[in-house]
Amino acid sequence: MGAALLGFFILIGCYQKGPVIRTSELSTVSAEAIPESIDFTFHVKPILSDRCFKCHGPDQNAIEAGLSLHTAEGAYKALGENADHFAVVPFEPQKSTMVERIFSEDAAIQMPPPESNLSLNSREKEILKRWIEQGAVYQEHWAFEPPQLTEIPEGISDWGANVIDAFIGQKLMEKGMLPSPKADKATLIRRVTLDLTGLPPTPEEIKAFIEDDSAEAYQEVVSRLLKSTDHAEHMAAEWMSISRYADTHGYQDDFERIMWPWRDWVIHAYQENMPYDEFVINQLAGDLLPNATKEQILATGFNRNHKITYEGGVIPEEYRVEYVEDRTNTFGTAFLGLTMECARCHDHKYDPISQEEHFELFSFFNNLNEKGLVSDKNEIPEPYLSIRPEDVESVLAFVNAPDKAFERESKSIDVMVMKESPNIRDTYVLNRGMYDQPTEKVNPGTPDRVLTFPNELPKNRFGLAQWLFHQDNPLTSRVAVNRLWQRFFGAGIVATSDDFGNQGSLPTHPELLDFLAVSFREQEWDTREMIRLIVSSETYQQSSQITPEKLERDPENKWLARAPRLRLSAEVIRDQALAMSGLLVKEVGGPSVKPYQPEGIWKETTGGGGGSTARYVLGSGDDLYRKSLYTFWKRTVPPPSMLSFDASNRDLCTVKTRQTNTPLQALVLLNDPQMIEAARGLAQRVVSKNLPLEQQLSYLYTATTGALAQTEALAQLQLLYSDMLKQVKEEAVETEQYLSIGASKSSIMTDQESFAALALTAHTLLNLDQTITRS
Amino acid sequence: MSEKKIIDERALILNRRSFLGKTAMGIGGIGLASLLGGSFFDPTKAPLQTSLGGGAGVKGVLDGLHHPAKIKRVIYLFQSGGPSQLELFDYKPLLNTRRGEDLPESIRKGQRLTGMTSGQDAFPLVGSQFGFKQYGNNPAWISDILPYTAKVADDICVINSMYTEAINHDPAVTFFQTGSQQPGRPSIGSWLSYGLGSENDNLPAFTVLLSRGTGRPLSQPLYTRLWGNGFLHSLHQGVQFRAAKDPVLYLNDPNGMHKDAKRVMLDHIAALNESAYSDYGDPEIQSRIAQYEMAYRMQTSVPEVMNTANEPDYIYKMYGADAKIPGTFAANCLLARRLAEQDVRFIQLYHMGWDQHDNLPSAISRQAKDVDQASAALIMDLKQRGLLEDTLVVWGGEFGRTNYSQGTLTADNYGRDHHPRSFSIYLAGGGIKPGLYGKTDEFGYNIVENPVHVHDFQATLLHLFGIDHEKFTYKYQGRRFRLTDVEGHVVHDILS
Repeated sequence: MGAALLGFFILIGCYQKGPVIRTSELSTVSAEAIPESIDFTFHVKPILSDRCFKCHGPDQNAIEAGLSLHTAEGAYKALGENADHFAVVPFEPQKSTMVERIFSEDAAIQMPPPESNLSLNSREKEILKRWIEQGAVYQEHWAFEPPQLTEIPEGISDWGANVIDAFIGQKLMEKGMLPSPKADKATLIRRVTLDLTGLPPTPEEIKAFIEDDSAEAYQEVVSRLLKSTDHAEHMAAEWMSISRYADTHGYQDDFERIMWPWRDWVIHAYQENMPYDEFVINQLAGDLLPNATKEQILATGFNRNHKITYEGGVIPEEYRVEYVEDRTNTFGTAFLGLTMECARCHDHKYDPISQEEHFELFSFFNNLNEKGLVSDKNEIPEPYLSIRPEDVESVLAFVNAPDKAFERESKSIDVMVMKESPNIRDTYVLNRGMYDQPTEKVNPGTPDRVLTFPNELPKNRFGLAQWLFHQDNPLTSRVAVNRLWQRFFGAGIVATSDDFGNQGSLPTHPELLDFLAVSFREQEWDTREMIRLIVSSETYQQSSQITPEKLERDPENKWLARAPRLRLSAEVIRDQALAMSGLLVKEVGGPSVKPYQPEGIWKETTGGGGGSTARYVLGSGDDLYRKSLYTFWKRTVPPPSMLSFDASNRDLCTVKTRQTNTPLQALVLLNDPQMIEAARGLAQRVVSKNLPLEQQLSYLYTATTGALAQTEALAQLQLLYSDMLKQVKEEAVETEQYLSIGASKSSIMTDQESFAALALTAHTLLNLDQTITRS
Repeated sequence: MSEKKIIDERALILNRRSFLGKTAMGIGGIGLASLLGGSFFDPTKAPLQTSLGGGAGVKGVLDGLHHPAKIKRVIYLFQSGGPSQLELFDYKPLLNTRRGEDLPESIRKGQRLTGMTSGQDAFPLVGSQFGFKQYGNNPAWISDILPYTAKVADDICVINSMYTEAINHDPAVTFFQTGSQQPGRPSIGSWLSYGLGSENDNLPAFTVLLSRGTGRPLSQPLYTRLWGNGFLHSLHQGVQFRAAKDPVLYLNDPNGMHKDAKRVMLDHIAALNESAYSDYGDPEIQSRIAQYEMAYRMQTSVPEVMNTANEPDYIYKMYGADAKIPGTFAANCLLARRLAEQDVRFIQLYHMGWDQHDNLPSAISRQAKDVDQASAALIMDLKQRGLLEDTLVVWGGEFGRTNYSQGTLTADNYGRDHHPRSFSIYLAGGGIKPGLYGKTDEFGYNIVENPVHVHDFQATLLHLFGIDHEKFTYKYQGRRFRLTDVEGHVVHDILS
């Protein structure tokens, strides 16, 4: 292990090449072929879990006919009244009733039974049979075994910058594929700048990078970006989805809450490159740390970001239980990659998590004096931390509090946080998960199959946080590095970044995942260095061009023989347009703001509750041009342009968002005033450079797509511009109206017609697939 | 050439060009579904594989129905707030004869109450202030405050035995629309868009129309997640059609920009995207081109369908005076018919204002007047156009109201709290047997015959579309989710 880790330190900078392997020697494996040698984890368990566990799996109360198939013991057991037959007899398929029944055509004995609406195809049946022939060997679930360091493979000769490439290259060779050449420099700087900061490089930055021939040019860019506040904000944006951050309470009348000082803390933590363990421990248990500071207490706001009801007439306990459930399930999804919610009403159907264990975990989050129903819209649900003016001068200096935030009666900003109640609330298993059906009492604990809760740890959230970062916890580090990987490749090494259980995807590169997981832990959870390692790899720096052959070989790009093309997130699409236009206001933190949104959409759904969220009051001045991280989030009516681009709705913890492609997205980019105003701003910046038209167009193209305009593109741009000018001259565009969209004013230095044509050109370019995709 | 023809032509040229380009690249079938007929799916991205045939917009995932369908579309007239079944359909004269007496414990049986009345000292029974009659061949009783509904009595099936588990608005509406009380699941319309796709090239498969009643204008809010796609692809989210400057959000061209200029811009976007496609070979770019064409078609088709100026006078007469005021329930009913004519799969209306905790008699009269004529007109109008036979119309709210008064019972005033244990809805149209179904006790408190749970209602709705609710699943986070969660039975008794 020591040697491999030492390798990690060395390999970040320089990577030793292995021996040459010719591609002709590589074998190709058809996905549909039945493997000669059956692997339980990769071939058998996905079938058993998905088709059999529902009735023959971990849920003790749902086991049919006494047969459970999730353990060897259960599968080999004698069955029936006379204990005379066996579902699985290792090496003897003819004696295994499982084989007989899965191949049977008789509906009365066929497995899975027709009424289950589950079925096995012939390949799957054959795999199960062959598995029994080969001894019906069971293996522990891969994700519950501690990550192991394996020897770093040799990879592909003459390719690779660091250890990541060794693992990726090795797998490519096994698959008979070759990596793509390195992306051109313009593509590369745009990719890494967008990925690390959520903003595009300027044409000047692109030019400088292209002209810098030094070997360190790329690393210098990476270092510059990683240190930027933009990077901290971009990291924080993802954490907002994970922590289901919002500016309202989320149910019914959906009143406003103040949690933005907690959001400012997240930005601050990323800015400081706070180690991941500290980052998480503060959020889970900052209040329980010895001599907890106000900063540490503020961090615990994480567990109060869930929805809270103010709907008169609800039964408070019913909702209080929902809040504790939300914390429990968020903990499962965000830190363990486990679907804890599936063990609320009964034992988990697929994973070894009992209902009792669900409520043991629940009990850690069950001990604060909180109300299930809050009655007054101005009431801040207890417990909360009062931030006073002197705090933002000292320990909470990172909280961007405007003076008027203290103009309340209390002269403080009150933010919901966690606080243990001195009287421990008893926790019970709730029958069917119902708040009013407590059964047996449970004590704080964690799922045994993950890691038994050590006796020496305190049985509170602080102990739980330590358990998470215990040397033997097999999940925490894997889940964290997988999510970092997902940021840069669109999909995690485990594609289901929210589910590392039996129903989750298997890792495409298990050894690499383990290597990164162990390294992350040994490197003291240094997030920034882990990111540097990933973006420094040749794997990351490949071209994203898709050849027909590559598309056919690997349509999902699992093996990374090319870099993925990724559509930008909702936040980045808006922020980059603002950045290009020069309108972006780079103030960090503070109360959320209200940029443009279509008129009336709050009003038309609002009830009689009143308050600040009944009607949307459009912001003014700088508020219109802040990053999307600061856009006010009303949970029951989220900003529609953000939802169109797949932003999570902040109802529940979300660690993975989809990338869709829809007509509503086209409408936003074509018609949202924010976009048109940004296009005009961009045009104005170009005009102010006093360049000949051709260079203006070329600048616009680079500013939006990041690419240099070659001859063909330039011809297209000129045609675009002249067509737009024609539209203006023919009054198909009324310049005065078109040029006054948005609150900002333009000071036009050229004639209005050609300026409008340029703005229309920029407007067109903001709509390109290339502009909203990072290649 | 008409506008539509021009658009079609353009789409065809574009598609042919893309198609040829793609084949030349040797990519074959991938992304093909995105191109043919302007479908906006990219099968390489979405786990929702689509069949390649047909010329419709969004393709459904179901490659065949589980049994023959009775309907093609639904118009769901959701009455938000919890309409009182005791003033509308569930006639209980006993509540009038025993007015003011306390609800007997033998009837209540300790059932839970909301926090709004659980503290009351007494639960005085109160009957409807309005009369009831039976109409046509339907044994159902219909309230005097629904005179127009009475005229379509022979077309509707009244269910007096609906029940739910939720007792408050947010969870109860969410339960009806998504099958779960807590947010996060797809709504019914999203499930249908996902399963069956769209039959219209130019309009979304799932549309939403909102209106506010006069019964209690500022009452219970709505939440956009009620028409959200949950964990399904965002193509399946409900698209709100609004009585506002922008009938669909972001639909209108920017100020000062005319349609011709927009078309020129779109052509350039397409050309530049084509160039990017030849550079990168990413089928997603082809899909993007198709999305822009769909967006362009929507810019024509949405205003077209929403422009009711040419509806004849007799139609306005049918739907009532409100039908000329955009954003009213009546105007939305008329739009619903127009959307049904365009084969929009799921047309969801929400009418707010049924939450009569106090001043019920006056408030519910106004509220009923808002919806009575237009609801009935919609049924008649669909019928006269031959659309009722393959359209399901649903009328109902999220729960019912208590048989006792909330607050003080006076000679002419009372209120009612939420009551999840029994309430009324009605259905009309394809596959539905008109009549009366289900029965509550004489107190209108407990169901005594043929209970219909929310999941049963959902299972029946899917059944009418030819879908077995137990087989129609989406696997998310390792679990196969259904609209009906783990329960639900088709109510065969009400099917024709």
